[in-house]
Amino acid sequence: MSKVSDIKLKTKQIVKKHKGDKSALIAVLQDIQEAFNYLPKEALIAVGDAMGIPASRVYEVATFYNAFSLNPRGEHIVKICVGTACHVRGASAILDKFERTLLIKPGETNQDQKFSLELVNCVGACALGPVVVIDTEYHGQMTMAKVDKIIGKLKEGAQ
Amino acid sequence: MIKMNNTEALRQVQDDLKSQYDPKKKLVTICAGTGCRGYGCIKVKEELEAEIKKQNMDVEVRATGCFGFCEKGPLVIIHPEKIFYQQVKIKDVPDIISKTVAQGDVLEKLLYRDPQTNETIMKEEDVPFYKKQNRLVFGQNGMIDPTRIEDYLIIGGYSALAKALSGMTPEGVISEVKKAGLRGRGGGGFLAGIKWEGSRRAHGEPKYVIGNGDEGDPGAYMDRSLMEGNPHSVIEGMIIGAYAIGASEGYIYVRNEYPLAVIHLTMAIESAREAGLLGRNILGTDFSFDIKISKGGGAFVCGESSALFASIEGRAGEPRAKYVHAVEKGLWDKPTVLNNVETWANVPLIISKGADWYASIGTENSKGTKIFSLVGKINNTGLIEVPMGMTLREIIYGMGGGIPKGRKFKAVQTGGPSGGCIPESLLDLQVDFDRLYEVGSMMGSGGMIVMDDRSCMVDVAKYFLAFLQEESCGKCVPCREGVRRMREILEDICAGKGEEGDVELLEHISTGVADGSLCALGGSAPNPVLSTIKYFREEYDAHIRDHRCPAGVCKALITYSIDPGKCTGCGLCIKVCPTQAVSGEKKKAHAINNDLCTRCGACIESCKFDAINVK
Repeated sequence: MSKVSDIKLKTKQIVKKHKGDKSALIAVLQDIQEAFNYLPKEALIAVGDAMGIPASRVYEVATFYNAFSLNPRGEHIVKICVGTACHVRGASAILDKFERTLLIKPGETNQDQKFSLELVNCVGACALGPVVVIDTEYHGQMTMAKVDKIIGKLKEGAQ
Repeated sequence: MIKMNNTEALRQVQDDLKSQYDPKKKLVTICAGTGCRGYGCIKVKEELEAEIKKQNMDVEVRATGCFGFCEKGPLVIIHPEKIFYQQVKIKDVPDIISKTVAQGDVLEKLLYRDPQTNETIMKEEDVPFYKKQNRLVFGQNGMIDPTRIEDYLIIGGYSALAKALSGMTPEGVISEVKKAGLRGRGGGGFLAGIKWEGSRRAHGEPKYVIGNGDEGDPGAYMDRSLMEGNPHSVIEGMIIGAYAIGASEGYIYVRNEYPLAVIHLTMAIESAREAGLLGRNILGTDFSFDIKISKGGGAFVCGESSALFASIEGRAGEPRAKYVHAVEKGLWDKPTVLNNVETWANVPLIISKGADWYASIGTENSKGTKIFSLVGKINNTGLIEVPMGMTLREIIYGMGGGIPKGRKFKAVQTGGPSGGCIPESLLDLQVDFDRLYEVGSMMGSGGMIVMDDRSCMVDVAKYFLAFLQEESCGKCVPCREGVRRMREILEDICAGKGEEGDVELLEHISTGVADGSLCALGGSAPNPVLSTIKYFREEYDAHIRDHRCPAGVCKALITYSIDPGKCTGCGLCIKVCPTQAVSGEKKKAHAINNDLCTRCGACIESCKFDAINVK
């Protein structure tokens, strides 16, 4: 994990890139999350200081939007599409299988920080449903059998 | 691209591009929409290019926007013959190049085969999925490389803008859009021209136009395909709108989950700016206008106008009361016109071809075409663009090819979480804004989720309420608490703990939620519940009175058993069962212990003999 001083420095650079424009708060937080994979507490405080926005408001925005995570996320982010089309094609069975395999619930990261499980309301690839997006790769027509294969491969790759 | 300082320069550039274009030249287009990318079309494209190089040929391979027929991707078309290949794999590439591109030989195995007649079809437009479509807005996707402004200019792109700037007054543009009867494609269905007029008349500077690309309805992805596949059509519409209302600044608000749309829109905005079509003194006139992109944070409620403004302003997306309309006080309290990106993409067509032409398409009060995403339990998943007024039956059975595995149609859900479920008895309904509203649903952004007899309507209602509870911003108590209470009641019903009177209680709470909420999210939140109660009351009763889920979905109300006649004793289900609920000897019929079974479905998925019954 990055050191506090690194976090503060990077945050300042990001705020500067957006010229301190208060309306760019969401974009600033998006950039910070891209840099650290989540929103570190130190970064949120530094954003408030640098942009002249109360920390409470930064926190409000950071917790309002689903895209932001206040906790560190795993090396691989598993996003299960639970849009309506995927739902009627059995997305909940796929979600259950991921929960059983990774031993975590949506919004959580497993102990060795390899996987985070997240839900997404629709990724707009309904022909592939049920679909799961891992990092940036789409896995379509998911089955429970495929879950084991995919996770197995990622674990191998991680070693 | 050179900077164009007047409309004549634009025409010159278009003419030059056209004169360099040889329609007889070989060209391979490949759909690079999100669906096809999921199937691996980018690797197919790279292979096509490598093979062309290997065979020393001079043929362009163009990755375009979405073709729409997502079910059969990756999709490839060989021009000029327009040979339509589907489900193309990397191993097919050498034959495509050496046989079809080089010699014009058609590869039968890659053609679409009509399941009705079992005959192959060579051209895209003859495939039943496409045949009855009228792809006015979406049709250019398949020819355009969205990263190149030249591809948009060559098909006459930005001519509508030139026409508006050189020969029409702002009032003239507004009157044309009003006359065309263009209604908002994002859900509300409000007349665009009226909105524009209100904003033009409003006092305050600067004025804003916004393209709403926060496509939040699950199961709808036409906005994504438009922004990704033909970004300039959206931008051109917005520039014309800005000219009409006198706006100098614009935003396109794009959903967080659509990174490719952001990339393509950003490139399109930059190239339009370079070409003198955006920015200061557009096409050498006094009119200046520019567009920024604002990326959403993944909140459904931000599709609502005042929440969207709050989000662009950098705040949490909470709607506010609209005593004063957005056209007068919208973004930063300035006059603002917010339209969906599909609405904007319709504008250049209206200006180019005229309001009378546009108004001749569609029904009495719903003009033009609409793009729908046909998804769920349907054979041909994809995006279709049809004139308003087409029946659900034509869409689902004609284009959609009916329900997979010969199962029975149960309902089609339209309008997203604010919409409703429409039953089989209403399949001949002509789809337009008003007809859908009359049957208790709505147009929404155009998602159509088809459900078969294995979809439980109480579960679907529960699903939407869970969605809405999660996405409610929490500002209005009736929405925040009412939706949660409704979800709890539905969960109880699905868990077999429903009681007599629950349905009436749901209806009672619905009234409070609908009347007591500020924005459309709360106002329409009860729709999924009310429409399923209206059309599928017997399913609620079966859950409550008989503790039975007729569709076999609600886990607490179903049991699994193995049909000894079908089971071969292969042991696959024993292997996959996570709770060791299945037992039995090899080659002898297995059995399921229902005390251990969690109804996860792993055995059903693994069984090759369809031997597991759900009751």
